Amino acid sequence: MNIVVCLKQTFDTEAKIVLDSTGKIDSAGVNLVINTYDEFAVEEALKLKEKFGGEVTIVSMGGDRVQEAIRTALAMGADQAVLVNDPSIAYADEAAIADILAKAVATIPYDIILTGRMAVDDGSSQVGVRLAEALDIPSVSSILKLDVEDSKATATREIDGGTEIIETTLPAVFTAQKGLNEPRYPSMMGIMKAKKKEIKVLTLADLGTSAADMAAKMNAPKFSLPSARKAGIKIAGEEAADKAKELARLLREEAKVI
Amino acid sequence: MNFDYSDDHIMIRNMVRDFAEEVCGPGAEERDEKEEFAYDIWKKCGELGLAGITFPEEYGGIGADYMSYSIAIEELSKVDASVGVTISAHSSLCANPIYMFGTEEQKQKYLVPLATGEKMGAFGLTEAMAGSDASGTRTTAVRDGDEYVINGTKCFITNGYYGDIYVITAQMDKSKGNRGIAAFILEKGTPGFTFGKKEKKMGIRSSATYELAFENVRIPAENLLGQEGQGFKIAMATLDYGRIGIASQALGIAQGAYEAALKYSKERVQFGMSLSQMPVIQFKLADMALEIEAARLLIYQACDLATQHKPVSKHAAMAKVFAAEVANKVTKEAVQVLGGYGYTRDYPVERMMRDAKITEIYEGTSEIQRVVIAANILKD
Repeated sequence: MNIVVCLKQTFDTEAKIVLDSTGKIDSAGVNLVINTYDEFAVEEALKLKEKFGGEVTIVSMGGDRVQEAIRTALAMGADQAVLVNDPSIAYADEAAIADILAKAVATIPYDIILTGRMAVDDGSSQVGVRLAEALDIPSVSSILKLDVEDSKATATREIDGGTEIIETTLPAVFTAQKGLNEPRYPSMMGIMKAKKKEIKVLTLADLGTSAADMAAKMNAPKFSLPSARKAGIKIAGEEAADKAKELARLLREEAKVI
Repeated sequence: MNFDYSDDHIMIRNMVRDFAEEVCGPGAEERDEKEEFAYDIWKKCGELGLAGITFPEEYGGIGADYMSYSIAIEELSKVDASVGVTISAHSSLCANPIYMFGTEEQKQKYLVPLATGEKMGAFGLTEAMAGSDASGTRTTAVRDGDEYVINGTKCFITNGYYGDIYVITAQMDKSKGNRGIAAFILEKGTPGFTFGKKEKKMGIRSSATYELAFENVRIPAENLLGQEGQGFKIAMATLDYGRIGIASQALGIAQGAYEAALKYSKERVQFGMSLSQMPVIQFKLADMALEIEAARLLIYQACDLATQHKPVSKHAAMAKVFAAEVANKVTKEAVQVLGGYGYTRDYPVERMMRDAKITEIYEGTSEIQRVVIAANILKD
């Protein structure tokens, strides 16, 4: 089985966000990791490989540092990787990212594509589904369980207040939700073998496209840090009933939410 | 001299750090309180390849360098020093002497399952009358046909009871003193080989420390490790490398305590400011950071020598005594920074302080390390 995992390198969720002099997010000295939700995708891919045989290929995009995240996935057990590294993709939007990934994925055989449901840095939750659309294949997002048989898959998908079960043909894109599995630690042997596995680096030109074709339709002109949290208010009052009255008043007159 | 970590070292550190925090961390305090050995954690370490880091792949190992080994022990010990020593004693004190002195048959039979983590190893050198002075060994081995018969006892043995394979020393000719000692490979379950009391310790309480008892234990002649009379040399060579493991454990303990003190100092407010804003506390933290850095570099130098199979005795002794003394200083100071709270079991620093003490004692006391260093510098 040809299993593809699209993975993004993100900040460690405990990293401190700092803006540089131009108002952009500064990644110098920050610990970068595999996006948490993509880790579930890598683990699921490895389980499919263990069950059906075949290979797991990691596909990603970004600068040289992304190789760290890719190597970790290779250390977990993935077989090889494709990395699209081109300076002009630094500020690509979700549509462009999905298009580039689709072109990269199209260079290799694929039976099933897995990715996380969302990146923990920008939280867009778009790329996985956009990728499926670009490849003109079905997608199922936020899966909690995946069963594959021949060229058919049954996924349990998380929805508001419950789950739904979706059957689809393959190839298809599945985006992983927390709870799908417990990602394994890369073993020592896996770490030692990772450096021997191939990471094929491609530019936009290699994919038959250019920065102009991938121009972002949406761009983020400014980033700002959230304003400092204000101290909470202790509700005054003798009895619980008094406090409730005061709380209701504040919610109505100050917070204006009721 | 390259002071950068390789990509592999960084990945190893990240993996062991995550494993230590997520798997070893949650139960560490309870295991310490109940003196419970975590056999399941040992098994998981084996599955991750942590039981045979420095041994060649052909013997079931990982084929990584000594720095990788040091990093793994450090990261485990940062969270739970008992887990760190379990791996260190298993690898350096049992698997390594078989790797260094064993026959091909012995390596296939014993080193492979040790390196893969299928079996746990231990080292039986210490006795009631043989601590720093190995010539006090009273356990005896007598050749009888194609067997050796072992009689005696060992004490303070790390990984005792749970260990499957033991490298032990026994006296074959008292008139020769140290030169009469031989080393043997012994398996748990051999008739006559039993376990005595479990030690009640100040620290590393969830490390398994037991007495071993040998009553007319018969082992095949092929289980002699090296030559008769080579036992003392084997033990000393074994301890040379083992000191790198313990130095790394001490480093991990110190690093864990320092990070706890650093974190607390930023949060704790007294006199209208955080402790970290007070010069007195800043100097304590600065001293911790600098001593840990110095210990780290000494250890990595010893690792470099060990990986290249160069003589490592002096540098391993230096690394061990220095790191152990740093660990004791740093943990004591960390308790001080945390004040009253540091003295309670709600915070991990009191356990780290209790854990640190043993690093000045086992695998050669700090006094013996100085004897080794002096012997080395005076012969140069």
